[in-house]
Amino acid sequence: MVTTPLAPSDYLDLVSPLRAGADLRGRIEAVHPETADAATVVIRPGRGWRGHTPGQYVRVGVDVDGVRLWRAYSLTSPPHRQDGRVTITVKAIPDGKVSNHLVRRATPGTLIHLDQATGDFVLPRAKPAKVLYLTAGSGITPVMGMLRATAFDDVVMVHSAPRPHDVIFRKELHGLVAAGKLKLVEVHTDTDGMLDIARLDELVPDWAERETWACGPAGLLDTAEEHWTEHGLRERLHTERFRPSVVVTGDGGEVTFSTTGRTVDADGATPLLDVGEEAGVLMPSGCRMGICFGCVTPLKSGAVRDLRTGEITEAEPGVLIQTCVSAAAGPCDIER
Amino acid sequence: MTAIDPTAHLTAAQIEELGRELDAIRDEVIASRGEKDAAYIRKVIKAQRTLELASRGVLLFSFFPPAWIVGTAGLSVAKIMDNMEIGHNVLHGQWDWMRDPKIHSTTWDWDHVSPADQWKHSHNELHHTYTNVLGKDNDLGYGIMRVDEDQPWHPVHLGQPLWNFVNACFFEYGIAAYDLELGKNLSKDRRKNPQFRARARAVGRKIRKQVLKDYVIHPLLSGPSFLSTLAATFTANVVRNIWSHSVIMCGHFPKGVKVFERQSIEGETRGQWYLRQMMGSANISGSKAMHFMTGNLSHQIEHHLFPDLPSNRYAEVAVKVRALFEKYELDYVTGPLPKQVLSAWGKVFRLSLPNKKTEVTTPEREPELLAA
Repeated sequence: MVTTPLAPSDYLDLVSPLRAGADLRGRIEAVHPETADAATVVIRPGRGWRGHTPGQYVRVGVDVDGVRLWRAYSLTSPPHRQDGRVTITVKAIPDGKVSNHLVRRATPGTLIHLDQATGDFVLPRAKPAKVLYLTAGSGITPVMGMLRATAFDDVVMVHSAPRPHDVIFRKELHGLVAAGKLKLVEVHTDTDGMLDIARLDELVPDWAERETWACGPAGLLDTAEEHWTEHGLRERLHTERFRPSVVVTGDGGEVTFSTTGRTVDADGATPLLDVGEEAGVLMPSGCRMGICFGCVTPLKSGAVRDLRTGEITEAEPGVLIQTCVSAAAGPCDIER
Repeated sequence: MTAIDPTAHLTAAQIEELGRELDAIRDEVIASRGEKDAAYIRKVIKAQRTLELASRGVLLFSFFPPAWIVGTAGLSVAKIMDNMEIGHNVLHGQWDWMRDPKIHSTTWDWDHVSPADQWKHSHNELHHTYTNVLGKDNDLGYGIMRVDEDQPWHPVHLGQPLWNFVNACFFEYGIAAYDLELGKNLSKDRRKNPQFRARARAVGRKIRKQVLKDYVIHPLLSGPSFLSTLAATFTANVVRNIWSHSVIMCGHFPKGVKVFERQSIEGETRGQWYLRQMMGSANISGSKAMHFMTGNLSHQIEHHLFPDLPSNRYAEVAVKVRALFEKYELDYVTGPLPKQVLSAWGKVFRLSLPNKKTEVTTPEREPELLAA
């Protein structure tokens, strides 16, 4: 009443954006380069941060060229760091707006927006006797969170990267090896070629006895899933994907965002989430890979196609769609 | 008033070429929108909130005359910033591209008695689409005044200088009534329409909140300064109302601005739409501070051409738009605030009386023009 039509928080945000009760934000305190194209960002989260479990990711909203963009990154800090800070480690991907910004342009002091940590790519309560981490490229990041937090008696990591100096956390990994806490197999794909999953018998003879966490590009995860399934060990393999695998596209159509009052043409391959954001519509978003259901939005009319399965969903009262993995299948109206 | 149609020399092809050149100006701004613009609007919002807080703080001691003056002046400016450079422009969607849910046309509300969604409909959809079309654009005279020689005169128009002054003082209520289309909707058969009633209730709620804040809570917080704070917030609201009324009158009323017939916009092309905006709007010239306080509506012509471009870019756009006016030999209506305000008021007075014999025909308007 005192501040209508604003809320008192609109004024408090001016002076204390990280206070308890505020929308969850964080302040970038430092950016440490890891490799030529990867960096670790140290973040002081707001008071509302509820902590994380190693292996989980956090969605961060970063203003790039004035536009708020949300992406998910794995947390690489152990939980409950004494100074209360958390870190994410980001690899700049070609044309990646947010990753390039964070790795090359982000400056300490910048406010970013956060969600609570989430993800079920985590270690079980009961410690497995033997562990294998199978990672490639930036897929090492969630595993690093685990490595830093939990010591196992017997842990092997098979990690692929193009060249030795592309291996993120290389120094720290070698330190763990020297201390006898980790067995590390580095595969340098520029010289050794891609990891052939059949070589696992030779690299880690007892792989089948190990509880395995795998993270990396879709190619690696697909072959790993096949391999473990073939040996009847699928439940021993835990995987984390960074991107959905798009399989089906079709004709697009005219998309109307009726609440905002915008209409745009969309092709049949672009997720409606991207279409809406591009048009300046406020779209709720989440993992951007069809898992978290943070982006669900009512479909008022028309039809959409699930990019993962090709399944068509038609509008009916109460139908909600995941905009991050759905594309227009003809004209449709999204209630945003 | 010109006796000749000021656009008669343009061929249909030239009008479309003009449209393409304007599209190019727009595309250039959109391609270069970025961090600096985002920083600008955040800075303005922060400054507005700080000024409002500080002014209301000072007004807690408003029984002390210097505090009353400083606090009232600060609050007036804060309210003008909220309505003009921030509210009007955010609600236009000028900042939607930032994807910041806190600064977005669908979530914003302003320090004004008209609820944002109702204002967006009557302003963004009706006024900006049907700019200066008689019978379609109610901003022309707000449905209570005679603003064109072709509108039939009625003795009730004798009072329009007075209505206009009262409307200026309580402009935000005028806008709320106008967004509700109160004139039309109070008729017997429409009054009970559930949609209208829901909208009227929304306005009622908004008025209640605004009045409670400005005339009850803040005066109460001031304790012994109750009455002087009440006077201060009332004054700030009236100052804001008169200021925004003046700026808005300058946008479409001054001499040289054209109005259009309903039929003239049938089948209108993009180029013709642009041309109507160019001929139907007037700018205000002045300093940077003046442009800022008008919410950059001093660049009314540019705003009407590109209603959703960020307001901080209108100044640079104006240079290019003005060059196009010259290239196509069109009249760019602009002038200092006092001159434009006087010109607009002159029209209100003149048209409160029946047309003089010599002015029965209005050659300044060519109804067929844009339908050609």
